[in-house]
Amino acid sequence: MAEIVLDQVTKRYADGTVAVDNFDVRIAEGEFIILVGPSGCGKSTTLNMIAGLEDITEGELRVDGRRMNDMAPRDRDMAMVFQSYALYPHMTVRENIAFPLKLAKLDKAVVDEKVERAAALLDLTPYLDRKPAALSGGQRQRVAMGRAIVRSPKAFLMDEPLSNLDAKLRVQMRTSISRLQKSLGTTTVYVTHDQTEAMTLGDRIVIMRAGVIQQVGPPQELYDHPRNLFVAGFIGSPSMNFLPAEVTGDSLRTPIGDIPLEGRLRRAVGGRGRDIEEAPGEAPGEAPKEVIAGIRPEAFEDAALVHERAGGSFTGTVDLLESMGPEKLAYFTLDARAVVHSAHLEEVAKDAGSDEAGGGFQLVAQLDPKSGARRGEPLRLWFDCEAVHLFDPESGENLTERASG
Amino acid sequence: MMERPDRKRVTSWVVINTVVVLYAMIPVLWIASLSFKDPSTFTDGSFIPRKWTLDNYAGIFENDDFVRGLVNSIGIGLISTFVAIVFGTMAAYAIARLTFPGKRLLIGVSLLIAMFPQISLVSPLFQIERALGLFNTWPGLILPYITFALPLTIYTLSAFFREIPWELEKAAKMDGATPFQAFWQVIVPLAAPGMVTTAILAFIFCWNDFLFAISLTSSNAARTAPATISFFTGSTQFEDPTGSISAAAVVITIPIVIFVLFFQRRIVAGLTSGAVKG
Amino acid sequence: MTTPAPATRRALTEGQRSERRLGLWLCAPAALIMVLVTGWPIVYSVLLSLQRYDLRFPDDRAWVGLSNYAVVLTNEFWWSAFWVTLVITVISVSIELVLGMLLALAMYRAIVGRGLVRTVVLIPYGIVTVAAAYGWKYAWTPGTGWLAAMLPEGTAPLTDRVSAIAIIILAEVWKTTPFMALLLMAGMAVVPEELLRAASMDGATRWQGFAHVLLPLMKPAILVALLFRTLDAFRIFDNIYVLTNGSQNTASVSITAYHNLIGGLNLGIGNTMSVLILISVAIIAVVFIVGFGTAAPGSGR
Repeated sequence: MAEIVLDQVTKRYADGTVAVDNFDVRIAEGEFIILVGPSGCGKSTTLNMIAGLEDITEGELRVDGRRMNDMAPRDRDMAMVFQSYALYPHMTVRENIAFPLKLAKLDKAVVDEKVERAAALLDLTPYLDRKPAALSGGQRQRVAMGRAIVRSPKAFLMDEPLSNLDAKLRVQMRTSISRLQKSLGTTTVYVTHDQTEAMTLGDRIVIMRAGVIQQVGPPQELYDHPRNLFVAGFIGSPSMNFLPAEVTGDSLRTPIGDIPLEGRLRRAVGGRGRDIEEAPGEAPGEAPKEVIAGIRPEAFEDAALVHERAGGSFTGTVDLLESMGPEKLAYFTLDARAVVHSAHLEEVAKDAGSDEAGGGFQLVAQLDPKSGARRGEPLRLWFDCEAVHLFDPESGENLTERASG
Repeated sequence: MMERPDRKRVTSWVVINTVVVLYAMIPVLWIASLSFKDPSTFTDGSFIPRKWTLDNYAGIFENDDFVRGLVNSIGIGLISTFVAIVFGTMAAYAIARLTFPGKRLLIGVSLLIAMFPQISLVSPLFQIERALGLFNTWPGLILPYITFALPLTIYTLSAFFREIPWELEKAAKMDGATPFQAFWQVIVPLAAPGMVTTAILAFIFCWNDFLFAISLTSSNAARTAPATISFFTGSTQFEDPTGSISAAAVVITIPIVIFVLFFQRRIVAGLTSGAVKG
Repeated sequence: MTTPAPATRRALTEGQRSERRLGLWLCAPAALIMVLVTGWPIVYSVLLSLQRYDLRFPDDRAWVGLSNYAVVLTNEFWWSAFWVTLVITVISVSIELVLGMLLALAMYRAIVGRGLVRTVVLIPYGIVTVAAAYGWKYAWTPGTGWLAAMLPEGTAPLTDRVSAIAIIILAEVWKTTPFMALLLMAGMAVVPEELLRAASMDGATRWQGFAHVLLPLMKPAILVALLFRTLDAFRIFDNIYVLTNGSQNTASVSITAYHNLIGGLNLGIGNTMSVLILISVAIIAVVFIVGFGTAAPGSGR
C-alpha cells in the first residue's frame, strides 16, 4: 500500500515523439485509479513508467515520497497484470503464483502457505498443478491476478487485464477485481480503453488523449461535468448526442428546436449572445455565434410520459427502437446539416469504430420502457434543458462548466 | 459411395510413401548390407547378403585409428556444439530482443559465413594453424566448426526467441527477477526445445564435416571418423577395405538415425524456421 | 530513417544505453570468433595468393603479384574443374528443385504416414556425406555393386568422365533433395490453405492452382532454397573425393584447390584458387540477391 505521485512526468522518444506530456497526478494510498483513453493516448506508456519497464524522460515518480525514476522494476515492489496475462507456460499454476516469492527467496513453507491462500481466494485451488495451456481464459486471468496479489505488493498495475475475455466473463471478473481490490486495499492503477470498465471500477478516472490528461475525477463527476468535448464524448454509453447550435439573441437554435437561453446557458455563452434584459430583440447585422450542444440520451423522454415539467420538445420519426428491458433506446436520423464537425469528436468516433459515414446523424434517446414509441412512427420527445451542455467548437471546452465552476 | 475414392486416395498415398521410403532407405540399406557381407561374398553384386557376418564390425573396433577417430568426432563435435550454442544463444537473444548498433552487421556477417566456401578457408587456415601449432589438434578443428555452426545457431535460435512473447520478460521483471534471472528462469526453459534442436543441427554439421577434417589433421590425434574412414587401406584388417569401410559408415550413421527418429519434428522445425521467418 | 548520430546519442536514456551495452556484450564472443576464424584467414589467403610459395621449396618464396592468377586462369585443369563444378551445380540443383517440390508436396499433403515420410526423408539429410558416398561408390563398382550388376558386363561407370559425373550428381541429389524439400515445405506452409480452396472454387484445376497460386506465393522460399543449394553445390567436395577423387577430369574447383594445397603443398596456387572460388561464390550470391531479388534471410527486419 502506497501513495504514488507522478510529478509532471513526460515520456519523449528518441525520434522526438512525445508519448506522455506532463502527466501530473497524485494517487492516494489504497485508491483504485483508472487510466482511460483511445489507443495510443499514452495510458500504457504511463503504466510502464510507473512499473519501471520504460524510462521517464522528465519529471519524477515518487512512491511514498521516495523517488523511483531510476529504480529497476524488481526494486519497486509493484505487481503487474498484463493483457496477455504473461503466464510462464513452462510452469504450473502453483509455480507461476509462487515465482515472485521464490525470487524474493522466501521460506518454502511460507511460499506454500501464501500460494494456497491466494489460490483459495481466487478459486484456483483445483487447478494448482495444471499448466496454463490447460486453463480457460478466465482461469488464466485469475492466475495472473494470483501472481500479482501473492506477495502483497505496494501497488497493482493492470494493463487491460480483461480485454481478452468474452463479454460475460468480463463483467464477472470486473466485479471480482473490484471486490478483491477493496478487500486488500492495495493502491491500483488500471489501464483500459473501455469506458464502461473505467466507470464501474475506478475511485477516480484519468482520461488521456494524445499523451495529455483531459480530466481527472470520480466517475460520476466526469459523467456529469465533462470538462471538454472529448471527455463528454468518451464517457457514457450510449454516448452523448452532439448538435450544432446557433446563439441567436435569446435562444439557442438547434436541429431539435430552439432552446431558451436562460440561467446557466446564458452565462455559458456569456459574451457570445446578448443579454435579454439589456437589449430585447436582435441587433441587426450581428452574426450568430456557433456552439456545440451536448445532450445525454437519458435527458430525453417520451413527451407523453412527462407532465408539468419545463423543457424543450422535438418531434421526429423513430428510426430504430431497441428494447433493453429497463429502458428503450430510440434512434432518430437528423439531416446532414445536423452533423457536428469537430476534431475533438472525430477521435472518439474513430476509437468507437462508429464513423457516421451515412448521410445523416443519429440522435439517441433513452426512454422509459412504458413509452409507446414504435419504429417508423413519429414521436414527440421531451428533453431537459437543464441537462444541456454547451461546448466551444474550437477549443472543445465545456462552456457550461466553465461558467458554473 | 464415399468410401471408394477415399480408399483410392489412401492407396495412392501408400504408393507415394513407399516410393519416398525406398528413395531414402535403399542407399542406406545397401551400405548396411555390405557391412554384414562375408568378405568372400563382396563380389557377388547381390543387394542382400548371402552370407552374414559381424566380422567387419569386430574389425573396425579393433582398429585403433577408427576408435580414436570416433572419440575425436564425438569430443570435437560436442565441444564445438556446446560453444556454438552458448555463444549463439547470447547473440541470438541480443538480435531478437535488443536494439544496439552493429546488429545488422552481425546478421550480415553470419549470413556471409553461411554462404562461405569452406575450401577458401582451408587454404589459409592450413598455413595459419601450422604456424600457431593448432594443426592436427582438437582446437584446430573446433575453431572452424564453431565458426560455421554459429550462423546456423544464431538464425535458428533468434527465430525461436522471437516466438517467446515479450510480456513474459516484463512479467518476470515485475515479479522481481534480475535480467539474468529473467533470462535463465523464464527465457531459457522456453527456448530449450529450440536450443536442443539447434544443438542437434550443429552437431550434425560437425559430425558430417570431411574437408576440414582431412585438411587440418595429419594423424589420429585429431582426425575425425569420416576422415579416418577415407584412410582405410585394408592392410590392417583384410586386403579389401570394403567391409571395414561399410561397417564404419554404418557406425557413423547410427547417431544421425537416432537423432532423426527421436527429434524428427524438432529438426524439421529447426531447419525451416530460420529459412522462412528469417 | 536513422536520425543523425549526435542527436540520437543525446536522446539516449540510461535504459537504452544499458541495452546497447548488453547487446554488444552478448554478441561479442560470437562476432569475435567468426571474424577471427574467417576475417584474418581471408586476408592472409589473398596475401598468399600473391606469392610464389611452395612448401616443398620454401626458400623460393617471393612476391609475384598477380602471376599466380595468370597461371591458374590459363590452366586447362582449372577451367575443366570450373566447368565440371558449374555443370554439377546447375544440373543437380535443377533436379533437386523438381524432386524437392514433389517431395515437399508428398510431405505436406500426405493423408497417411505423414510422420513416417517426414522422418525418413531426414536420413539422407543427416547421413555423413562420406558414408553415403562410399555406398554409391560400391554400388557402381563392377563385381561388387548391385547397380553395377544391372549394367552390361565390362562397364565401369566410375572410370568414364560423363557417367562418373552423372553418378556424382546422383549422389549429390540424393543427399540434398530432402533439405531442399524441407525448405520448400516451409514455404508451402506459409501459403494459406483458403487461397488454394478459393482457386478451386474459381474453377482452377489442381495443376492451375499449383502453378498460378502456390508457386508464385512460394517464390521467396524457392529463391532462398535455390540460393542456399546453389552455393552449397558449388563447393562440392566430399562426394567427388570419395567417388573419383577427381580422376577422369571430374575434379571440382574445391577438389583441385585441395590437391594443389594438401597434395601439392603449393600454398601460392592453392590460395589463388581459394580466392577465385570465393569470388565465384560472391558472384552467384550477388546474382541471386540483386538479380532475382532473393530476400536474404534476416534482411527482412
